[in-house]
Amino acid sequence: MEVWLQVLVYAAAGVALVGTVILLVRDRPPGDPMYLVLAVVELLLLLQLVLGSIALATTSRDVSGVLFVSYLVGIALALPVGAFWSLAERTRAGTAVLALAVLTVIALELRLTTIWEGAGA
Amino acid sequence: MPDTTRSLSSGWGRVLVFVYGVFAVAATGRSLVQLGTDADRAPLAYSLSLVAAVIYLVATTCLLLGGRPAWVAACIACSIELAGVLSVGVLSYAATDLFPDKTVWSHFGQGYGYLPLVLPFAGLAWLRAHRPEPSRASYS
Repeated sequence: MEVWLQVLVYAAAGVALVGTVILLVRDRPPGDPMYLVLAVVELLLLLQLVLGSIALATTSRDVSGVLFVSYLVGIALALPVGAFWSLAERTRAGTAVLALAVLTVIALELRLTTIWEGAGA
Repeated sequence: MPDTTRSLSSGWGRVLVFVYGVFAVAATGRSLVQLGTDADRAPLAYSLSLVAAVIYLVATTCLLLGGRPAWVAACIACSIELAGVLSVGVLSYAATDLFPDKTVWSHFGQGYGYLPLVLPFAGLAWLRAHRPEPSRASYS
């Protein structure tokens, strides 16, 4: 798997996490800059879905294919679902949902690395 | 006094539903992969993963539905979840031979940042604060 892409995912998700936490503390609803950052994270995750699938098809590693792809897909779904779910709640709770969605992405990305390295289920 | 007319999934309930939803997906995925690939290795642990998955699914659905029957069902689901995470948590330390592979609830949910331990408490507290008033709606 592409290391540079994973570094970018962690970096962008880190910025998004700090951003949502700042919004949470200041009790402000997320604005366009926040959604822009989240869009960047999502684009990286979609790119990771494509490049990750290609890497899986070409690797000689003993990677559990079903598990790996389900994580690639799941990680790309977390932010859209979280953003959609937070939209109807423009309060602190809605921002908390966004922050948790970003945390989910980071947690899944960590697991994705372990799966790629062949730790299995 | 919390506003009991608001649904279970609004306000901070929205956060609860999101976390329960994530765990429902995570536990379902985990149990399906475990039972599908290597069911004989740790049948007890894998069955418990499936039980956990069902509990999370029921809790998520009930919080989304709202209303008195769903509230009762959510209370039952959260109580079973609490009992599950506590007993599996203790057993995974005390009787390691029972659990050759991990479940969501092993070591009090250590692999999931201890969220599985916090979640039932948060769920029960939220449900307690949002107890539906008995048959008030039928008079209105």
